[in-house]
Amino acid sequence: MNALLQKVYFGLVGLFLSLPIIVVAGVSVNEKQTLAFPPQGFSLGWYGEIFTNSEWRSALFASITLAALSAAVALLIALPLAWFLWRRHAPWANIFQLLGIAPFTLPPVITALGLLTFWATTGFYGQPATAVISHAIFFVTLPLVTLSLGFSSIDRSLVEAAATMGADDRTIFRTVVLPLILPYLISGYAFAFVLSLNEYIVAYMTIGFTMETLPIKIFNALRYGYTPTMASVTILFVAIAATIFGLVARFGDLPKLLGAMSSRD
Amino acid sequence: MRREAPQKFSDYGPLFFPAGMLIVFFVVPFATMIAVSFFRRDPAGFYSPDFVFDNYARFLSLFFGKVLGFSLFLAVMVAICCVVLAVPFTYLLSRAKRKTQVLWLVALLSILSLSEVIIGFAWSTLFSRTAGITNLLVMLGIMNEAVALNPSFGAVLTAMVYQALPYTVLVLYPALVRLDPTLTEAARTLGASPMKSFFTVVVPALRNTIVATLIMVFIFALGSYLLPQILGRPQHWTLSVLITDQAIYQSNMPFAAAMAVFLVLVTLGLVALTVYAGRKGEAA
Repeated sequence: MNALLQKVYFGLVGLFLSLPIIVVAGVSVNEKQTLAFPPQGFSLGWYGEIFTNSEWRSALFASITLAALSAAVALLIALPLAWFLWRRHAPWANIFQLLGIAPFTLPPVITALGLLTFWATTGFYGQPATAVISHAIFFVTLPLVTLSLGFSSIDRSLVEAAATMGADDRTIFRTVVLPLILPYLISGYAFAFVLSLNEYIVAYMTIGFTMETLPIKIFNALRYGYTPTMASVTILFVAIAATIFGLVARFGDLPKLLGAMSSRD
Repeated sequence: MRREAPQKFSDYGPLFFPAGMLIVFFVVPFATMIAVSFFRRDPAGFYSPDFVFDNYARFLSLFFGKVLGFSLFLAVMVAICCVVLAVPFTYLLSRAKRKTQVLWLVALLSILSLSEVIIGFAWSTLFSRTAGITNLLVMLGIMNEAVALNPSFGAVLTAMVYQALPYTVLVLYPALVRLDPTLTEAARTLGASPMKSFFTVVVPALRNTIVATLIMVFIFALGSYLLPQILGRPQHWTLSVLITDQAIYQSNMPFAAAMAVFLVLVTLGLVALTVYAGRKGEAA
């Protein structure tokens, strides 16, 4: 009875979650430029369009560059901060942990508007670098959370042993700490990367009038009507996210990362 | 190695870059926004420095009251729908095999990370006349003719529940995984049906978690800015949409900033309430 209930309920939730993706996938293989489901004819041409049409290609390129750079900057902010909070006893420094989590907790439009006023006031408004920094601040929460989790799972006696043998902080970090937190470092980067790739409002309010990332491009295209490239890009993004999170799950411990107490393998 | 208090100045070294970045690019912009909310709108450019309460006074209009009321109502509806769907789902998920769990978590994370633009587009397709779900109903003979289901309130609500459901599950997940399985086992041994043990044992044990989750999903839904635009009519616009609209299209930064400050205050109040609910939960 319980097993049947579970199957039925999982099935219904699964259907709800996958239905839009199934329909968009169907729409994306239409032969002509029509919004029709079930698809009329079959063509993968709209996937090619992402790479052959210069507008879509440059939006894709802008999105991937932005995501790769901003996730890296987010890591550069999160790693020393998480290390310091783990290594030192300085309660007042927790305020920075709070600051790192705040942008992600507040409604995104607030962070976006704050950054827009800031860049407009300082005169950098519209420059590509502003989007990288804005996204790094907006998504710093993710590596910060995974790294804090990573540091807290390090057995301190390992570090103590290294210190007793005469290793200094730098050596300990490089030879003991870094290898142990590497999975958390990578998953933090992956989370920030995927979310930055999909982010709209912060990107729009910082560089929306000078550049197009893919979400901005899709939204702008939506206003002028429909092109099947939107559908193929959507499927591409779903595939990218599923692949990256699949890899995180394959090489890391996803239930633990998401807060389950310990793994059961 | 014990955690030691920093002794030398150089011990603070690792903190410089993160602290600097967070102060310059988060605290300062935030302060700038608060300052701008008191500025006067300059029709020629962005704004001119001043100290007026006009932007806040505009809140008192009927129009603003309606938008605020609708935003809160929509967010409450989304939060309730998501929690009602997610609590049994997450409970079943937390009891499933590890492999099943991982698979679902990957799927949930993938959908959670999807751009609002993409979710909006996907649902507008699903609700469209030519490619939408009504075609399926026509095929099954339930309906005579395919119709467009958006723009409408139902479309906005459905898409927002879709967007917030993975978030709700992931917020509930840690608490449910940690829930002592012997609780339900005891109830089952004493003869309660699975359904009954779920509603009489699991749900009451999680009361505070559920309250905290409701508030978190509410805040999450309050932040939705594109779905009401893509799938709704102008009367379905929320505070977040209005802020974007004022900032970008009406170029009225001071008013947008004032609304944003107001939204922050609402959110912070709710976060405080969540923390309070959590504390009470631990104490109990």
